[in-house]
Amino acid sequence: MLILNLKSTGPFIALCLVFLLGVFVNEAFLSSGNLANILARSSFIGIVAVGATFVITAGGIDLSVGSMAAFISGCMILLMNALHQSINSISIIICVAVFASIAMGLLAGLINGLLTTKARIEAFIVTLGTMGIYRSLVTFMADGGTLSLSFTINDVYSNVYYSDFLGIPYPVWVFFSLAGLAFVLMNKTIFGRHLFAVGSSEKVALYSAIDTEKIKIFAFMIQGFCVSIATIIYVPRLGSASGQTGVLWELEAIAAVIIGGTALKGGYGRVWGTVAGALILTLIGNILNLTDMVSNYLNGAVQGLIVIAAVVIQQRNGVQAES
Amino acid sequence: MNKPASLELIKAVRLHKSFGPISVLNGIDLTIKAGEVHAILGENGAGKSTLVKLLSGFEHLSSGSISVQPMNSEDPNDLLKSAVWDQRTAEAQKVILIHQELNLIDELTVAENMFLGVERLTQFSLFGLRFLDRASMDEIASKYLGVLKIGISPSDKVGDLSVAEKQLVEIAKALSKNPRVLILDEPTAVLTEQESRVLFARIEELKSDGVAIIFISHKLEEIVALADCVTIIRDGDQVGCFNVSELSKDDMAKLMVGRELSKLFPSIPEPSSKAEFAMSVSSLEIYGKDPVSFALKRGEILGFAGLVGSGRSALMETLVGLRKAKRRVVFINGSEVFISNFAEARANDISYLTKDRKGRGLFLEKTVAFNFSLFALKQFSHWLLDVVTELKALVKALNLFDIRVKDLKAGVNKLSGGNQQKLLIAKMLETAPQIIIFDEPTRGIDIGTKSQIYRLFAELTQKGCSIIIVSSDMNEVIGLSHRVAVMRDGQLTGMLEGKDINDVEIMRYAAGLKKQ
Repeated sequence: MLILNLKSTGPFIALCLVFLLGVFVNEAFLSSGNLANILARSSFIGIVAVGATFVITAGGIDLSVGSMAAFISGCMILLMNALHQSINSISIIICVAVFASIAMGLLAGLINGLLTTKARIEAFIVTLGTMGIYRSLVTFMADGGTLSLSFTINDVYSNVYYSDFLGIPYPVWVFFSLAGLAFVLMNKTIFGRHLFAVGSSEKVALYSAIDTEKIKIFAFMIQGFCVSIATIIYVPRLGSASGQTGVLWELEAIAAVIIGGTALKGGYGRVWGTVAGALILTLIGNILNLTDMVSNYLNGAVQGLIVIAAVVIQQRNGVQAES
Repeated sequence: MNKPASLELIKAVRLHKSFGPISVLNGIDLTIKAGEVHAILGENGAGKSTLVKLLSGFEHLSSGSISVQPMNSEDPNDLLKSAVWDQRTAEAQKVILIHQELNLIDELTVAENMFLGVERLTQFSLFGLRFLDRASMDEIASKYLGVLKIGISPSDKVGDLSVAEKQLVEIAKALSKNPRVLILDEPTAVLTEQESRVLFARIEELKSDGVAIIFISHKLEEIVALADCVTIIRDGDQVGCFNVSELSKDDMAKLMVGRELSKLFPSIPEPSSKAEFAMSVSSLEIYGKDPVSFALKRGEILGFAGLVGSGRSALMETLVGLRKAKRRVVFINGSEVFISNFAEARANDISYLTKDRKGRGLFLEKTVAFNFSLFALKQFSHWLLDVVTELKALVKALNLFDIRVKDLKAGVNKLSGGNQQKLLIAKMLETAPQIIIFDEPTRGIDIGTKSQIYRLFAELTQKGCSIIIVSSDMNEVIGLSHRVAVMRDGQLTGMLEGKDINDVEIMRYAAGLKKQ
């Protein structure tokens, strides 16, 4: 008897259903322009969410990712604008900014990780704190206003977001390659097993000779890295950074992770589920744009309902029926 | 509350229980009489815990019926089949279960736990709301704690208590509900001899008050000492219900296992007098204690005996790097090694099995495969994990250790205690360690599995491994060890050999009456 295991296929079935809904609602949905737009937009949250999958699987949470992205983009813009004075090659400027971004993301992850492990502060609180710090810093750097990337640089840089390779936008290539790497890391390596172990029970992990602190720090650093990659791709789209950039992005990333089937309490993580979750959230936003039936302003409400529904369905199928 | 001794309180007929397609109990008949102690005996996974959970309403019957004598009646004709039998109904009928897994909340106090769900309220009320009557709850809690002679106060936080103390609080909690039928699942698994004796005395008192007692135990001596009758279960089937006076321990063991049991403790040849020291601990100093030193010969089984709280587990955990040491000087095969964490101990071919298999040994919701390979993952990967090799090793281990798993995809919490312990052993032996420390290796495990584990010890020493066994089971320590180290209060009080390995000598050193 074929039993459909909703727990593992759920997010993908949901993705298909939402996609079909989009087809049904508006013929503009299926246009290549629209689909490319959806994929590119989902890449940003998706990349951040892939990083979040690691942190959540390890039993932690990172609320600072939105503010981190804002701060890193602010720094990148300031750096690129400053380098523009002295360096002529725009590609070099962009490369320097990319390296700086990655360095900052890793460092931010390291800070989150160290505070959570060595200082023994709960991840929720640590990242609540760093969230506030980064946001405030970027507002300070922008003097309450907006930091704009010089147009000459943005002309070149915007190709990162808006160009495509073989018809698929670059951000999507990065998103899916990163997801693939993350999948391998989480499911096919010793690190991945240790990650599941730490998130499942730290005590048992310790008694299995696992360095739980190292695992948690790495998870946060992976998240930081993902944030910096996402920022690198998104800066050309925004062309600017302000105190308002990235507000609530952490919640959308976490929502994508949850919809995808990763357990919030840790110990179990699904990278491709997170990818599906990010796509679902972006699709919903897009569908609401394309239809007159439901107001655009209700996007948040619909997303919230989906997160709740996803958890309910997953829980009901995770529990074995007792006779 | 004196009922005539032969009054039937519970009559269970053809109890069946299945979890999905898996049948755990295949038709058990049970009659529980007032003032009688009824034991339930069976091997690993036979279905004993499930049976008592059915009797106490914690699980629903798949089929069969449970009839209960109403509380105010002494007329046997009033025995009434219960339409619904769940935990609420059972407790209302004063059928109380003391779990094997503790059902206490660490953050609450002892009194709060004892009255969880049945809190006492003050008469005084403010705007119609009554308050918690803490004074009354504390007083009643004290009374029952006192009866069990436990030296803890009702306002102690449960999370601060030892496992044994928590078990006693569970028992006190059950007693405070004035049970008619008291069900105990392996009650002495975590208790010392002294604490067990107090419990047995209390059970005798309850028995003379007309309370019916049901208990699961693997310890045949306990069943012989306490029980009037015993129901033996094998693989979910009922072997029979017998009067304890008609059976010898040997009979019971045979009926339980269904086959001839050879001698429990295999004979293990002594290590040769020329044997070198596999490990020499020249100074192991835990913060706040004096340094400890001892040596382990190659091929030897060194037992560590002592009363609960003597610091044996703490010592072993410090030795293998699970706890910080003020000073740790250890030699393996003559060369000094530096162990600052458990991974380094593993690298030196040492392995340590925790006594807390559920809380520290295994991931209960994860699969058998996940648990099995975790300690030895390096052997199954180059850059990426080699799942095929991993699976092969798992199958080999399941066969080797006779671990019975009904569903490989299910969580380890579905395994019986004995199978869980064997899985933990398989996990910690997969790295092929030369020095293995077993902490309470057969706690809460039936005699068939115990005998398998003892044979394993013999095989390991024959292969040249050296073993340390920390155990509170005196028979086990005496039956297995070549030498016995006795600890008290974090110090080594004696190292016994030959004729000195007997319960009297060990107890003298353990109680501090003698010291070397």
